[in-house]
Amino acid sequence: MPKRIVIVGGGAGGTITGNLLARNLHHQIENGQVVINMITDKPEHVYQPGFLYIAFDKVRPEEIIRKQQDLLDPHINLFIDPAVKIEREKNVVITKSGKEFPYDYLIVATGSRIVPEAIPGLKEGAHWFYDLQGAQKLREALKGFEGGRVVIAVGVPHKCPVAPLEITFMLYDYFKQKGMLDKVEIYYTYPINRVHALEPVANWAAPQFEKKGIKYEVLFNMEEVDPEKKILKSMEGTHLNYDLLIAVPPHKGAQVIEDSGMGKGGWVATNKQTLRNEGHNNVYVVGDTTDIPISKAGSTAHFESDVVAERIASEIQEGGTMTEYDGKVVCFVETGFDEATYVWFNYKNPPKPTPPSKMLHWMKLGYNRMYWLSARGVL
Amino acid sequence: MADIKIDKTVDARGAACPGPLMELIKAMKQESIGTVVEILSSEKGTSVDAPAWLQKVGQELVKVEERGDYWSIIAKKIK
Repeated sequence: MPKRIVIVGGGAGGTITGNLLARNLHHQIENGQVVINMITDKPEHVYQPGFLYIAFDKVRPEEIIRKQQDLLDPHINLFIDPAVKIEREKNVVITKSGKEFPYDYLIVATGSRIVPEAIPGLKEGAHWFYDLQGAQKLREALKGFEGGRVVIAVGVPHKCPVAPLEITFMLYDYFKQKGMLDKVEIYYTYPINRVHALEPVANWAAPQFEKKGIKYEVLFNMEEVDPEKKILKSMEGTHLNYDLLIAVPPHKGAQVIEDSGMGKGGWVATNKQTLRNEGHNNVYVVGDTTDIPISKAGSTAHFESDVVAERIASEIQEGGTMTEYDGKVVCFVETGFDEATYVWFNYKNPPKPTPPSKMLHWMKLGYNRMYWLSARGVL
Repeated sequence: MADIKIDKTVDARGAACPGPLMELIKAMKQESIGTVVEILSSEKGTSVDAPAWLQKVGQELVKVEERGDYWSIIAKKIK
């Protein structure tokens, strides 16, 4: 009987982990000792950071979408058949078509999704750039925008924590290029008591906002939107009028997680070092799906994938490894249309952002193309 | 502490991003009314910022405790 590895989810985490495992275990797979099955809900793989650029007409959708099959090592069996139940007591995943996938090792990589409906009026009153349709709709809204107050608001929890800052700086450059800065007020809001979760980033960004005339309000958590009157109300009791509302909607994990009793909100209890699902030694969790208090970002998923693939391959080949996740996250931060910075941090070392530069912006644009190598487990 | 029943603990010690206060906001949004949440933070600032936010949004601060090199903030979702 071969060792059966089942990966649920074909996003960054699932795909990188799968490809790394297939490479590490290709002899065992070819000898019939290991089988890797990936279960996912759609045939396409989307590079989600590209949505930000679509909103400004700088990237076309074709550039950020590939066929999932084309990204996978041929040793992986791909099933486009959404998982509807994970039964950890029986070590089996059940899909929408009714098929059962028994496993010896399970990798849960079901990611996160936006839930604008969680805030009354948000779906009707706001734009966002966290899915393709939303980014395209925002692009059209920006093209037709003639001036007024643009409010940026951020739901909790959310993925890609640097995106609210990026969209704000890019909006500034967009309106500057159009010669509209005198007709536009950019108003940034943020849930906690500084303009970004990372303190050094917040300390850098706030003076930049002031220099550019970008207004901001902190401790602002969206409570409800009145799309008719164009008013955004916060949990903290303030109201904001807007002409264009750009929100990062709150996120939830996948429905299958809640339906399987694996975690409230769709987040799975995960050991922050081993990346094992707490209480289940043969279940690993990667990417946004974990409940680890860490950035939900492709970069996090990438570095977690390295650890999970190494741990499972080593357990099969050598009986185990000491490899653990150290909390590493690396994020580029676009600071406008032609400059960027980046942050690197882990559980023990806080980030120290470097001064923005054109070179880092070009590296970010380069990485947008190189992502496909990351997904394939090469980079 | 024996008289406080904690339903959920988020160990946000060393968590640079999204950080302890964002974790508290997440828990307060996600959990059901009546849930008691504890946030562990290695940032001294959380011991001041979290109670201030709870007061601002009308949620209950149960206890703030310094435990050597970290802080425990316990809150109850009451609405």
